[in-house]
Amino acid sequence: MSHNASIPHRLIGQDAPPAPSLVRATFATLWSPLNGFLEWFGELGLFAWQVLRAAVRRPFEGQELFRQFDEIGSKSLPLVALAGAAIGFVLALESRSSLVHFGAQSMLPAALVYSIIHETGPIVTGLVVSGRVGAGIGAELGSMKVTEQIDAIEASGVNPYKFLAFTRILACILVLPLLTVAADFCGVLFGWLAETLAEPVSFHRFISQGFAGSSFRDFLAPTFRTVVFGLIIGMIGCFQGMRTKGGTAGVGLSATSSVVLSSLFVILADVILVKIILVFFS
Amino acid sequence: MMPVEQQVLPDVEERGATPTIRTSDEKSVGPAVVVRGLHKSFGKQIVLDGINLTVKSGETLAVLGRSGTGKSVLLKLIIGLQAPDSGSILVHDKEIARLDLEALNALRKKMGFLFQHSALYDSLSVEQNIAFPLKRHTKMTASERGDRVKQLLSSVGMESDLKKMPSDISGGMQKRVGLARALALDPGILLLDEPTAGLDPITSGEINELVLKLQEEHDMASIVVTHDLQSAKTIADRIALLHEGRVLIEGSFQDLEKSDNEFVSEFMKRDS
Repeated sequence: MSHNASIPHRLIGQDAPPAPSLVRATFATLWSPLNGFLEWFGELGLFAWQVLRAAVRRPFEGQELFRQFDEIGSKSLPLVALAGAAIGFVLALESRSSLVHFGAQSMLPAALVYSIIHETGPIVTGLVVSGRVGAGIGAELGSMKVTEQIDAIEASGVNPYKFLAFTRILACILVLPLLTVAADFCGVLFGWLAETLAEPVSFHRFISQGFAGSSFRDFLAPTFRTVVFGLIIGMIGCFQGMRTKGGTAGVGLSATSSVVLSSLFVILADVILVKIILVFFS
Repeated sequence: MMPVEQQVLPDVEERGATPTIRTSDEKSVGPAVVVRGLHKSFGKQIVLDGINLTVKSGETLAVLGRSGTGKSVLLKLIIGLQAPDSGSILVHDKEIARLDLEALNALRKKMGFLFQHSALYDSLSVEQNIAFPLKRHTKMTASERGDRVKQLLSSVGMESDLKKMPSDISGGMQKRVGLARALALDPGILLLDEPTAGLDPITSGEINELVLKLQEEHDMASIVVTHDLQSAKTIADRIALLHEGRVLIEGSFQDLEKSDNEFVSEFMKRDS
């Protein structure tokens, strides 16, 4: 039955009533989060512009930058190395049983090294740093925001976009590739350990077999894509922290949203960058 | 306290606002801060609805009012932390809203700001907090900076707490350190947001005396936002009472006491 059948004829056409409230309610339900999402992106763009403008002006806050290298880099190293080691160990154990099944266990070093360097090392580093550093930056800057410390920095004639945001973002960008190298190394080392526990093999031979089919270029592109992960983690952590509202609850929300959003965007960036690397570097 | 004389502000009366009393001191120094027709709203809530104020160098103005009347917002507008909807704020003859960031930061160096909850940087020690503006805006050597920090801490009676972290000191001590930090660059204008809020009467009295002493030593224009009448009476030359987004009355403490305005009388009675 047509919907028009129950509507009096005189109401159809020009005199028809406005769209049913259900349609409007559905539209409003869909529009509200979309609008919020677009607003968030717009504000993020403005924030990035402010940071970029502040970055090119003196002074360059070298001391704060080195402090952030320590906070973000050195203090993340144990966790990243542990994650890399665990992934390498488990990958070796899991891969070995499959490769033995197909009689291809000699390919284990190459498969492990390829897997760790190309994907597992960078993404694990990105996600571990998202969790540790993203939450840390979001909570620290959020807390500074609600206790007016950011206002105090601004009131003393210091640009908070440079002193707080740019130093953290740059530190994230620079330390992520270094942490990735550490994760890769620990992954390969513990992969060898797992392999050697099953069937003793020298580390030198394991490495030689592992890198036999790989070139330096294979290592370079995946490692340096973590520069983008660093940018995402630093930018989102600082942005969410510096827009915190509403006291301690707001600080918690900023920390959580920093982790969730930076992890999400790291995964999305990984997918896009892998495609780009395959197109341009293969 | 400076001697004051009263006069009625014509521009406020012309707009049909509640009659406002205005005073001017006898000092012939140009104004450090001039606020004219200042409006600020947050969404539909009108916070400041045409504020007019003038503070001369060496003079202390206390801004009183009920909670939520925009006293702290006024200070943040003066130092450029927030932008006004309309109106004009002149600081040392410079229109705050028209300055670019570099010029605004240069002007901010001439202003000291004590925040309501002190806003000390909690990752830095007391010493580092006070050295923060010195390190960025002066060419002092580390030893000169150290001497200046000790001098400032000594002036607020905190010389022995140099290495402590903000979380290790009391609220009153945090206010003292905040005050020392606000004075680090020897500002010409001091903005104090609730300097005695949350403190016991004895500590409040000590902070008031300290503010008075520092004002005499540094000869600054000061704007003190407070709802502590005793504090205003002790440290201010003039008092402006905000009500419904406007300056309801401006004058000496005695002028406010003598006022027959119902709200002013109620405010003075409740607070005393």
